[in-house]
Amino acid sequence: MPSDAPTGFFQRLRAAFSRGGETLSAGLGAVLGGRKIDAAALEELETRLLQADCGVTVTEELIEGLRKRVARQQLGDVDALLAALREDITALLTPVAQPLVIDRAHQPFTILVVGVNGSGKTTTIGKLAQRYGADGLKVVLAAGDTFRAAAVEQIGVWATRTGAELVAQATGADPAAVAFDALQSARARGADLLIADTAGRLQAQTHLMEELRKVRRVLGKVDPSAPQEVLLVIDATQGQNALAQAQQFHAAVGVTGLVLTKLDGTARGGIVLAIARQLKLPIRFVGLGEQAGDFAEFDAAAFARALVDGPAV
Amino acid sequence: MCHPRYNHAVFDTLSQKLARTVQNLRGKGRISDDNIAETLRELRMALIEADVALPVIKTFIDGVRVKAQGAEVATSLTPGQVFVSILHRELVELMGGPQAGFELRAQPPYVVLLAGLQGAGKTTTAAKLARWLIESRRKRVLLVSTDVRRPAAILQLQRLAEQVGAGFHPAEAGGDPVAIAAAALEAARQGVYDVLIVDTAGRLHIDESLMDEARAIDRAVAAHERLFVVDAMAGQDALQSARAFGAALDLTGIILTKADGDSRGGAALSVRQVTGKPIVFLGVGEKSDALQPFDPERMAGRILGMGDVVALVEQVQGKVDAAEAERLAKKVVAGERFDLYDLRGQLQQLQGMGGLGALMDKLPAQMARGAMPADQGDAQLRRQVAIINSMTHRERRRPEIIDGSRRRRIAAGSGTQVQDVNRLLKQFVEMQRMMKSMKGGKMRRMLGALKGGMPPGGMPPGGLPPGFGGR
Repeated sequence: MPSDAPTGFFQRLRAAFSRGGETLSAGLGAVLGGRKIDAAALEELETRLLQADCGVTVTEELIEGLRKRVARQQLGDVDALLAALREDITALLTPVAQPLVIDRAHQPFTILVVGVNGSGKTTTIGKLAQRYGADGLKVVLAAGDTFRAAAVEQIGVWATRTGAELVAQATGADPAAVAFDALQSARARGADLLIADTAGRLQAQTHLMEELRKVRRVLGKVDPSAPQEVLLVIDATQGQNALAQAQQFHAAVGVTGLVLTKLDGTARGGIVLAIARQLKLPIRFVGLGEQAGDFAEFDAAAFARALVDGPAV
Repeated sequence: MCHPRYNHAVFDTLSQKLARTVQNLRGKGRISDDNIAETLRELRMALIEADVALPVIKTFIDGVRVKAQGAEVATSLTPGQVFVSILHRELVELMGGPQAGFELRAQPPYVVLLAGLQGAGKTTTAAKLARWLIESRRKRVLLVSTDVRRPAAILQLQRLAEQVGAGFHPAEAGGDPVAIAAAALEAARQGVYDVLIVDTAGRLHIDESLMDEARAIDRAVAAHERLFVVDAMAGQDALQSARAFGAALDLTGIILTKADGDSRGGAALSVRQVTGKPIVFLGVGEKSDALQPFDPERMAGRILGMGDVVALVEQVQGKVDAAEAERLAKKVVAGERFDLYDLRGQLQQLQGMGGLGALMDKLPAQMARGAMPADQGDAQLRRQVAIINSMTHRERRRPEIIDGSRRRRIAAGSGTQVQDVNRLLKQFVEMQRMMKSMKGGKMRRMLGALKGGMPPGGMPPGGLPPGFGGR
């Protein structure tokens, strides 16, 4: 996806979603055919929420809320129904739509990036480096994925592309040692921002989660308040397991923000509704492609609109 | 070990509800719409939570309903058992079916193309597949990456090729993927390789130009196998992507990655259904040997959140000493005292089933993880039996006479600590109280479950007493 696409979050999300063709409201009018809202209409909406990976609990709550208002005759037609759904989703997400604020008092401000394999951590780091580098911050990247072959080189390419500095050791090195060195070195270089990569790991792998705790602890030895941000990267194409990811990464290392990646496909990322409902973790950014610029701050209303409306009707 | 406990709600709900439904069905001779309607609703919810795509769920449930409708229930079984086995069988059938090739019958080099979304695990899979072909099929394998976009993707495959002992066809980042693939095929011919594995860049199924590129690569190498690599954690969208990749590439099979996590893996069913192609392998870890042939039985249990509960039930029913259980039941119902002989009998039955390790293997991963490690449980089981063995006949019949000095002697005799003896006796007293409270109908019902049904909540019948073994 070209990085000079529409710049607004909503336009981009909508553009991305519309390429998939099928969205929540697409065809809903046709299905409901101007009838009054009835059980079948709600059921259709329910199906669509479930297909957006919202999960059973959130979907049932949203539909139940709508059903009550329908019963009280507060919703007259399909438009009112969809508007109410947009509002409800926005209300659920607004409290967690908190942008990441880099507190310049920390020299450097440290972001630890965690997530399961293939969620898009390294690409996200490239995008963050691009964004904050462009803001004039001196950025250092820590090549903390010492497990996967060529992961160090991969983040190295991003460092070169974005003008960030790189702290790396060889593949196979102790990731906690890399983190420790990186923070010390970033501090010595007078960096404003340190972004530390970690190897992907499934949350069920207890020894690897333990390793992650150690990385966090070790950062705290250099600077007791570090890391200032623990970003969990979640792949929007994933289903209900993403909730377990959020729960367990949070329990292990205290997640302070989420990035939802791969929203440029047809996946809706509805699981963030369940995460917002249950864990109330701030959602910082969304990833919309492979280029450094395919990145935006999370916006609750825009996300809700994109989820419900999809392409312009 | 105290690691954060994953919320087991989903699993609990399904297994409990299924167990309840099964109980409700017990005693009814025939499966009808009425007595399975609730189960079908629960099943739908469970499949949604397992990330099976909705249209696939609908087809599946309709199929199960038709098959279950009016099914005769043999006298030795309950309708619940029959229903669960139909359910399980249907799922296994859907996911199994004709098994995949890797016949490697074509004129070498045999060409394997891997495709899928970004982050699905294609490159890791390419290396695992190469290692499998090298080690279990004794093939000479050449690897090539056509991923000229992701930074260091080509280098990643090169390193992995070195690790697994495969050849590697180099390419420049930014080169033409189709030309790279064609050159690699030529190199495979020249180098007399048996197999060429072509890794591709991750791509979105809606990206027309990249899907065209995938087709062009396929044409350039005339691949014998076109495998769709998909993440076991994938959500509802797996249906869309599988459909699109299937349409573009005429897939021959599927590899499900990251299946070593705690996801229920419903995408496996969706992808299997929509492509009609077999699931060939599971990726079960990050090491290059973590590749397993697909086992539909296991996957079915996992999606249902039941582990291999069906096999577990069969095993338990086969091994439980029915006469012993009957004797114990009569004893309790008659109001006789439950003593340490009885307890030992129960513990030995558990051991007879291969110990907790064998049983826990069959439990859903989510559930087994909540329990203590099986080897610890088995050791504890042995210790508990040893403690009872070190008692005198009178002590076993009348445990209340076991005072401090007897406890020390028993501990010494069984090679345990006094605390172990204390714990066993405390648990015994609790169990005795439970047995007393069950005097009458409740025990009889429990035994009914034992003789012909899914144990409530999936507990091995015969009663793994509270506090014993794996808790």
